[in-house]
Amino acid sequence: MIQNSDLWFVIIALGAGSFAMRFAFLGLIGDRPLPEWLLRHLRYTAVAILPALVAPLVVWPSATGGQTDPLRLAAAGAAFLVGYFFKSLIGAMIAGAVVLIAGGQVLG
Amino acid sequence: MAQHNVMSSFWRGFRDALPFLLVLIPFALLFGVLATEAGLNIFETLAFSIVVIAGAAQFTALQLMSENAPAVVALVSALAVNMRMAMYSASMTPYLGSLPLWKRALVAYGLVDQSFALASAKFEASPEMPVNHRFWYFLGTVVPILPGWYIGTLVGALAGETIPSSMGLDFALPIAFVALISPMLRTPAHRGAALSASLLALGFAWLPFNFGLMVGGLGGMMVGAEIERRMGQ
Repeated sequence: MIQNSDLWFVIIALGAGSFAMRFAFLGLIGDRPLPEWLLRHLRYTAVAILPALVAPLVVWPSATGGQTDPLRLAAAGAAFLVGYFFKSLIGAMIAGAVVLIAGGQVLG
Repeated sequence: MAQHNVMSSFWRGFRDALPFLLVLIPFALLFGVLATEAGLNIFETLAFSIVVIAGAAQFTALQLMSENAPAVVALVSALAVNMRMAMYSASMTPYLGSLPLWKRALVAYGLVDQSFALASAKFEASPEMPVNHRFWYFLGTVVPILPGWYIGTLVGALAGETIPSSMGLDFALPIAFVALISPMLRTPAHRGAALSASLLALGFAWLPFNFGLMVGGLGGMMVGAEIERRMGQ
C-alpha cells in the first residue's frame, strides 16, 4: 500500500522536476545565440532520441514479455517504408496498423 | 505572415496531433487502471497525470511505489526516465527562444514526446515559419494531447479493470513514432543519426533507469552532427 505522504511527495517533486527539465534550456537560454557546434547537434535531437526510444519497443515488445515478434517487426517495417518513401505520416500509420491487424488475423 | 493567420498554424498543429490520440488514450487509460489498482483514489490519479504529464515516468514511479520502494528511489528513477525532456527543451530553444518568458513556460509544460516530435518535424520542414506561428502550431498540437491524457486517465480510473487490452493496441505507440520519424530522414546525417541511435539504444538497453535511451540519443546526435560537418566541408 502506498503511503499518502509519499505519494504526494512523488507527484509534486516529479512534476516540479519534469517541468524544470522541460524549461531548462527554453527558459534560461531564451534567444541568446548558441554556438554553431551545439546547434549542429541539436538539429538531430528528434531523429536520434525518438528512434532510441522506439527501437527497444519494436525489437522487444512489452506485450510479448520482451520476446521478439516477427509480426510486430513487419508492422514497424511497413510503417517505416511507407513513411520513408512516400513521406506520409498517416499512410505510414495505416500501413503499420494493416500489417499488424491483418497478420494477427492470418496467424491467429 | 499577418497576425490573423496564426490561427491557421494553430489548427494545422491541432489536426496533425489528432492521430496521436489513438495511441495516447490507451496509455492514459492503462495508467488510470493501474493507479487505482495500486490504491490511489480518483483525485490522486488525475492529479498525477495533470502535474507530471509524462507517461513513462508516471508508470515508473507508480510501479516502484507499489513495490514499496522508498519514495526518493521512485522519484529519482522517474526523473531519470524523463531526462530526454531536457534534450527536447534544448532542441526547441533555437526555434522558440525569442518568445516571452510566459510563453516559453507554457511550451515547457506542454513539451511531451508527441508535441516535440510534431513540432520538430514541422519547424525543420518550414524554416521560414515566424516564431509566433511556431508558438501557435505548438499550442495546436498540445490542445488535443494534454486533455486526451487527462481524460483518458480519468476514464481509466473510473472504469477500473473493465477495459479490455485489445490485440495489438500496445504497438500503436511504436508504429506512430516510426511513422513520424521515417519521413524526417531526408539527408545522410539524419539517416546516420537515427540508425546509430537505434543501434546504441538496443546495445545499451541493459543499463538501469533508461540510460540506454540517453546513450542512444546523445550518440545519434553526435553521429548526425559529425556527418553534417564532414559533408559541409
